Amino acid sequence: MAQRKRKSVTELSPIEVYMLLPRTNCKECGEENCMAFAVKLVNREASIGMCAPVLKEEQKEAHRNLEELLAPAIKEITIGIGNRVVKIGGKLVMYRHEFTYHNPTPIAIDVTDEMPVKAVYPTEEGLTERVKRVEGFSYNYIGRDLNLDMIAVRSTSNDPARFRSTIEDVAKTTDMPLILCTFDANVMEAGLVAAYDRRPLIYAATTDNWREMAELALMYSCPLAVFAPNDLGLLRSLSRTLVEYGVKDLVLDPGTFVDDGLTDTINNFTMIRRSACKGWDELLGFPLIGTPITVWVGKESSKEDKAWKEAYVAAVLVSRYADLLIMHSLDGWVQLPVLIWRFNVYTDPRKPVSVESGLKVFGTPNESSPVMLTTNYALTYFTVESDIKKASADCYLIVVDTGGISVESSVAGRYLTAETIAEAVKQSNIEEKVNHKYLIIPGLAARLSGETEETLGEEWRVLVGPKDSSGIGEYLKNRWPPRDKD
Amino acid sequence: MAGEKEEERRAIKISPKLLELLAKFGEIELEDVEINVDELEISVPTVSGIPFPQPEMAPPKPEKPVAILEAPFTPMVEEYPGRVREVTLGATKSEGGSRGKTVVIGGESSPSYYLFEKAPPHPPAVALDVFDVVPSLPKAIKVHISEVMGDTAAWAKAAVDKFGADVVTLHLLSTDPLINDTPPRQAVKTVEDVLQAVDVPIIVGGCGDPKKDAEVFTEVAETVHGERVLLSSVTLDMDEAGVLGRVGDAAAKHGHLVLGFTALDLNRAKELNRKLYLYVPDDSVLMDLTTAALGYGLEYTFSIHERARLAALMGDRELQHPTLSGTTNAWAAREAWLNMGPEWEPRELRGPLWETVTALSLLLAGVDLFMMMHPSAVRTVKKVIEQFSSMGKARPERIADWVAVKI
Repeated sequence: MAQRKRKSVTELSPIEVYMLLPRTNCKECGEENCMAFAVKLVNREASIGMCAPVLKEEQKEAHRNLEELLAPAIKEITIGIGNRVVKIGGKLVMYRHEFTYHNPTPIAIDVTDEMPVKAVYPTEEGLTERVKRVEGFSYNYIGRDLNLDMIAVRSTSNDPARFRSTIEDVAKTTDMPLILCTFDANVMEAGLVAAYDRRPLIYAATTDNWREMAELALMYSCPLAVFAPNDLGLLRSLSRTLVEYGVKDLVLDPGTFVDDGLTDTINNFTMIRRSACKGWDELLGFPLIGTPITVWVGKESSKEDKAWKEAYVAAVLVSRYADLLIMHSLDGWVQLPVLIWRFNVYTDPRKPVSVESGLKVFGTPNESSPVMLTTNYALTYFTVESDIKKASADCYLIVVDTGGISVESSVAGRYLTAETIAEAVKQSNIEEKVNHKYLIIPGLAARLSGETEETLGEEWRVLVGPKDSSGIGEYLKNRWPPRDKD
Repeated sequence: MAGEKEEERRAIKISPKLLELLAKFGEIELEDVEINVDELEISVPTVSGIPFPQPEMAPPKPEKPVAILEAPFTPMVEEYPGRVREVTLGATKSEGGSRGKTVVIGGESSPSYYLFEKAPPHPPAVALDVFDVVPSLPKAIKVHISEVMGDTAAWAKAAVDKFGADVVTLHLLSTDPLINDTPPRQAVKTVEDVLQAVDVPIIVGGCGDPKKDAEVFTEVAETVHGERVLLSSVTLDMDEAGVLGRVGDAAAKHGHLVLGFTALDLNRAKELNRKLYLYVPDDSVLMDLTTAALGYGLEYTFSIHERARLAALMGDRELQHPTLSGTTNAWAAREAWLNMGPEWEPRELRGPLWETVTALSLLLAGVDLFMMMHPSAVRTVKKVIEQFSSMGKARPERIADWVAVKI
């Protein structure tokens, strides 16, 4: 297949996009003019569909050229329908620092068609219960809910009727998007009959079943995964074959190997992603699926060891280009680092590390309310903010400009000092708002307390707060108002 | 799909025989024909001899493939003009020190673990933290070292013998003017004790006060002449305080290494390195670009390391130094140790996993030397480094039927 010479998002100029727009400055898109809209298009802050004139018949060619110019290196594929739809891929770049990664890696948790619908205590987990647990999994991280995204239904029975009824049960229980997993086309079709209208991902076409799976993908209009473990030549050949067969939405699985094979896994993912992003290889320009669940194959190690391994393999794959993950463990300690890392990797790398310094007000403080202090590192601030809110504290918080460095590092690096604290206190005009002179500093800055008291002068007392802001509520309950410095 | 079939059925079919016949003529004229339809579209397949004008015709549907169409894969391999400098930690007797082993890091000439391009010449190494005071540590760590805490030399020995440290980091926290303000001479004694207790290279960590660190580092450098210890760390603050030159000179004169610490800012890292080149050989500089914990800015650390390494490979000499990560910082994340309720337990696993994920993320970003603490995290990271040494160990048959596996 021909590889077109294309430009990456970082090389694309808004002028090139502008030249293809109607240039009438009609403002229908909500922008002042077409140039402003072009800039937004290049930055992926607007989509072509927002430009009504270009959608008209006579602009067909311009529309097509625009789409081509703006097409991501990795095709965006949707799985599921309605408001629970997940989009995967859509990546524009290889490295996170080049441009914001799109579509955070969804995590699918497996169930099987041999699980009892209802739990058999204490030995077997029930299907409904497990699906509900996946759906209800949530962690609030700096004000955002981190969740699991999909259910992967595996046929371990290889029985079409059984697979179908399991899919029906799952579909009844949740509207999360589904991945149907079996290499047997008959079993797959039985599953699809039960859920094709939910646009599940078909997992997977292989060297043996690709024709049947391709027919199913076409017949039921569902995206299709391609599985070619550790064979990138075969993976690319299958991709070409399926594309020519007419299947447009593919997801590629070069296999997830753990232990000794983990290095092959990350190298396969990396080679594929480079060919797609730097070489514009359309046959490999599809989302990648990682399956940390393969740690559970084999009986060599304990359950705990496997869960531990599954967690770090998942985290490694989030860093190295997986666009979708299938996992088994639902343990909080396993999923938490993966979910947080996923959230972090997909944030805007241009976003400043710091928040604005100055005085922040929480609740409705009065003149005898506590005055606390922290640094302007974004994550420090958001953590403190969320803990103050959780404690429902009415208080003032002085945010010191430490150049976006956390408390511990800024004390070590001399960004948070008696002098910078005194300056921030002065700037905040807090003395006009409260009738006391108590300043609560973070526990991690304890060593600055004496010096700060001296520098502030004028009878200021410095109190050492908790080392972690999760202790703010408890601290205020027990120690505020202060009897004396303690 | 049904629509298409309907269209096909309604279309006037021209039989192949008629087409054959038509092919003999260049032009045909219909006579005495009455056509009674609303809209007529005659579509005649192109046959040789009939150059029929067919605007806007859909191309004929290609045949569906009946066999796999070959599309071989060739990885895109790049050559990079730059290379990371190699740095040796520690010195053996013949090299002027007393170490049993030395550790070489750096030397990479492709991005981290792009084994399809080039394997790194040296595996990254793991250093374990040891303190000269009893520090406040999370319980999950403390249980493993409670026996040796308070005896710095014994602690260092345990780090090597029990937990497999490639390198030992001795943090001279007691020298902090705001803690014990231990005089340099006493700090030197602790360094000597640790060098006695272990035969691996050591890192000597200060307290963060630029002036005090300069005093301590200068005296340590002189006393343990030739040992090639890594002084951790030197900063732009030292330069501002006018003491950087002193430390640099001492390091160069006595054959030690320096770790330049900057806070997530490559321009400042380069600036510091330029200043260091005035005093020390450029193969004795390592960079600490700041390690934030998972959940508390690890992504900034990850990206700055990727950027630094790619820039180094593209030829930026001021960034061609091995990098170090203070991975123990992972424990600054409350999720590493906090009691968050039963659904997030056990903390005894969550904590070391936090450190492990922080380390492995940075391993992929190019970090060469990790400062770590929890034995399980150290074990996993060392194991992964060993497994990452070469490709070609995947066993496809093992996962070929993962879909049907009973867990």
